[in-house]
Amino acid sequence: MSEKILEVKNLEVSFRTYAGISHAVRGVDFYLNRGETLAIVGESGCGKTVTSKAIMGLLPESNTEIRKGEGSAILFHGDNLLDYNEKQMSQIRGSKISMIFQDPMTSLNPTMKIGDQIMESILIHQDISKAEARNQALEMLKLVKIPNAEERMKQYPFEFSGGMRQRAMIAVALACKPEILIADEPTTALDVTIQAQIMELIGSLQKELKMAVILVTHDLGVVASVADRIQVMYAGKIVERGVVDEIFYKPSHPYTRALLNSVPKIHTNNKETLYSLKGTPPDLINPPAGCSFAPRCEYGMMVCRKRYPDITRFSDSQECSCWLYHPKADTAGLPEDMIRRRAR
Amino acid sequence: MPKGRSKRGEQKMSENVNMNIEDISLTDDLFRRVGTEGLSGEEIGKKSLTYWADVWRRFRANRLALFGMFLLIAVVLLLFVGPLLSGQDYQYIDSSIKNQSPSSEHWFGTDDMGRDLFTRVCVGGRISIYIGLCCTLVMFVIGALAGALAGLKGGLVDDIIMRICEFIGNLPYLIIVVILSMVMGRSLFSLVFAMSLTAWVGTARMVRGQILQIKEQDYVQAAKALGADTRRIIIKHLLPNTLGIIMVDITMSVPGFIFSEAFLSYIGLGVKPPETSWGALASAGQQQLMFYPYQLFFPCLLIVLTILSFHLIGDGLSDALDPKLRQ
Amino acid sequence: MAERQVLIEVKDLKKYFKVGKNAVLKAVDGVNFKIYKGETLGLVGESGCGKTTCGKTVMGLYEATGGQVIFDGTDIHSLNRREKKEFTKRAQIIFQDPYSSLNPRMTVGDIIGEGIDIHGLCHGKEREEKIHELLELVGLNREHASRFPHEFSGGQRQRIGIARALAIEPEFIVCDEPISALDVSIQAQVVNLLIELQQKKNLTYLFIAHDLSMVKHISDRVGVMYLGNMVEFASSDELYAEPLHPYTTALMSAIPIPDPDAEKEKKRIPIEGEIPSPINPKPGCRFAARCRYATDQCRQETPELAEVKPDHFVACHRTMELNK
Repeated sequence: MSEKILEVKNLEVSFRTYAGISHAVRGVDFYLNRGETLAIVGESGCGKTVTSKAIMGLLPESNTEIRKGEGSAILFHGDNLLDYNEKQMSQIRGSKISMIFQDPMTSLNPTMKIGDQIMESILIHQDISKAEARNQALEMLKLVKIPNAEERMKQYPFEFSGGMRQRAMIAVALACKPEILIADEPTTALDVTIQAQIMELIGSLQKELKMAVILVTHDLGVVASVADRIQVMYAGKIVERGVVDEIFYKPSHPYTRALLNSVPKIHTNNKETLYSLKGTPPDLINPPAGCSFAPRCEYGMMVCRKRYPDITRFSDSQECSCWLYHPKADTAGLPEDMIRRRAR
Repeated sequence: MPKGRSKRGEQKMSENVNMNIEDISLTDDLFRRVGTEGLSGEEIGKKSLTYWADVWRRFRANRLALFGMFLLIAVVLLLFVGPLLSGQDYQYIDSSIKNQSPSSEHWFGTDDMGRDLFTRVCVGGRISIYIGLCCTLVMFVIGALAGALAGLKGGLVDDIIMRICEFIGNLPYLIIVVILSMVMGRSLFSLVFAMSLTAWVGTARMVRGQILQIKEQDYVQAAKALGADTRRIIIKHLLPNTLGIIMVDITMSVPGFIFSEAFLSYIGLGVKPPETSWGALASAGQQQLMFYPYQLFFPCLLIVLTILSFHLIGDGLSDALDPKLRQ
Repeated sequence: MAERQVLIEVKDLKKYFKVGKNAVLKAVDGVNFKIYKGETLGLVGESGCGKTTCGKTVMGLYEATGGQVIFDGTDIHSLNRREKKEFTKRAQIIFQDPYSSLNPRMTVGDIIGEGIDIHGLCHGKEREEKIHELLELVGLNREHASRFPHEFSGGQRQRIGIARALAIEPEFIVCDEPISALDVSIQAQVVNLLIELQQKKNLTYLFIAHDLSMVKHISDRVGVMYLGNMVEFASSDELYAEPLHPYTTALMSAIPIPDPDAEKEKKRIPIEGEIPSPINPKPGCRFAARCRYATDQCRQETPELAEVKPDHFVACHRTMELNK
């Protein structure tokens, strides 16, 4: 049976900037089951990283506002993390929920040996002796398949190559066997061959440690093989969600379809114009009224610019926010499968 | 998690959420297909800010830095307007009013020769600040040129300049000043010369480091690929991008020079009487410390206020220029 | 097929960097290729394989250690200053990082107009018109000319970089990983723009990337590089239909497919470890240390790039026996 270990309810995050308040995350709801992989997909600036940092309590206090109360909550095993103070958060962080970042160099301490960094994170959260911690750290390095783990323990991050650093960072993050791992663009900075190795590693570790993974990425191609469920974010809102097959084979929102189509297939003819999204994501200081995707949507209607669409449900797992599924919507020129989905 | 949320932010946020709830009747007309007509999808909502306007905005937001700036303006104003207000002559010796305490006539009292201390502090301050600015200017010009040359040309030129820097940087500063003031005589010029002779080394190192970093940036490579010559690359690309750091360095250097001048004057190597400076005044006041402490207090107060204001401005500037602190 | 005109010929190009006493980083080590007028040549490989160094040396941004780059009949590394300036008018480069490639202190208009100013192509009103035209060509508005780079998103910045390169109407553009730093959805925008411009202006591209699917899409012919050497070279359709070098096959199988079922069925050819350091490389095939087919011969003799099929070159001792 699936058990919800994390539930995010009506999360709203905004940043103060000189030009006004930027509404980075505008009412996001989702849950995470034990042991599953949830992918959050979207372009840069869509709020996917902000969402994950909000869960970790890693947003800078000085200019950030997270809405509290009125149904807004981040529930971890039923406890609202938004009500936790810094001390309570630091007990959760790294031991129950861990995060890995795109650039391993910025999250590893360059002046500390790799082994010490893993040990540190173990010693903070567990009451064990140094020798025991050392053994566990060694175990971790072996687990992430770093060769010559004994020697590698004594090396500094700069002596590691890009892929090895990413592995070391995963080892630090997983040192306390967390229940949730948040991976923020873990492979974007890596080469394809290394990318495949790391994704495989995360997948196998997930099974071994029975943890849930939130995978944050802009590349739908990466998530096809690993994710259980996908949610697509645009301009601070979730526009569509569903299990993997639904998103890949029955995409409903024009934005999801655009994301899928813009990945070139090995079989397409050379130099054929690729499907491409026009324009740039909107500025969240002054987001457009109505659906924020309207300025870039080829099927846009008048109503899209006036009011945000309600959620349309297609199955237990799949839902999407788009006016095209309203009975009155203009269907001329819509792709076949979208019209068929409307009829249901 | 942020605890204190301002009311203002909360209000704005809920406004935004409620925008959609406002009821619009869903008429057929609303479902007319319009595509992306009239919307470019390339809009930029924020208003445009030039780099320096942005720096000024962030500097302004820093209360301490702003306080420093006003403090500095007040001190400088005082130095120039002060003597006019007091109506005294800083060189006028009146032995009948030696060592008087502060009064309505002599605001800071008088010194052991009966000269008005307030006027002397003002005039001395002008010289102190003048020396500070002169030294900084010389240091900046020599340092920036040497550093830029070393960073840009690299190779042998770099090696030679850096060796010279190391040599000069390792000379004992005080001995040079003593020797120079013996050779050139005690004058403003020799003082400025002696102090900036060693100081430019640091600036040169810093500018060189900056140039080395920026030189590798893609936009410099792009300019090269477009056929730009060295002159253009320096003027359009390297200089504007090092200016920020150089400005911080300058504001942080001025107080250093003022302090050095005070120190040199204090040990008797500074300006020659009857000219005076804060350092010279403090030195004179120190001899009277037991009986007339105010003679030491006032010049020191002005030194402290000036140095403090420069440091506050420098800190504010370096924060305002730091791209990582941008919001 | 009619004989096509060669625009650029790279002959035995070498670029070494001294990184210390007795340590030489052989970034590009004896690479040969030709680029025909109006075509796109793709260069792929993992980071550290020397593809970017190769592109910058072809542009003359790096001094070559050995070999020649012949552009329209003359070696660009033997040009004097005036000739070099003339050359920059014909060849341009687009950079990988849209953040560091635009000067943060200059307005977008001045950035695009820089080439026009340097070569004195036009002035005043005409210059302004031209800048607006270029902005619209890459899908931006004329109002954007007075703004600064930091106000734009990555994709928009990359298009500004393209407009800058196009301003002096070059014939040849080196695209140095122009899409690697962009979101997938924005990559298509930039690639479409590049293809469209090529057709409009008959441009020639050297397209460098590590993303094989995009390279395949935009290129006519593709070269695969590994540690400073070219290991395989073929037309893009041929290369993707029938990769012969073990490294190419491994690279191809690592491309993620945006299709869960296909992804499940796909057999990834594992490739062990990571690209070794190009400092003082060992003799023999550079790929031998990671290659599962490596023999003693591979570890001792460097394989030559040989034509195994018409217009399909591979540098591997065991091509024949492995691809029966």
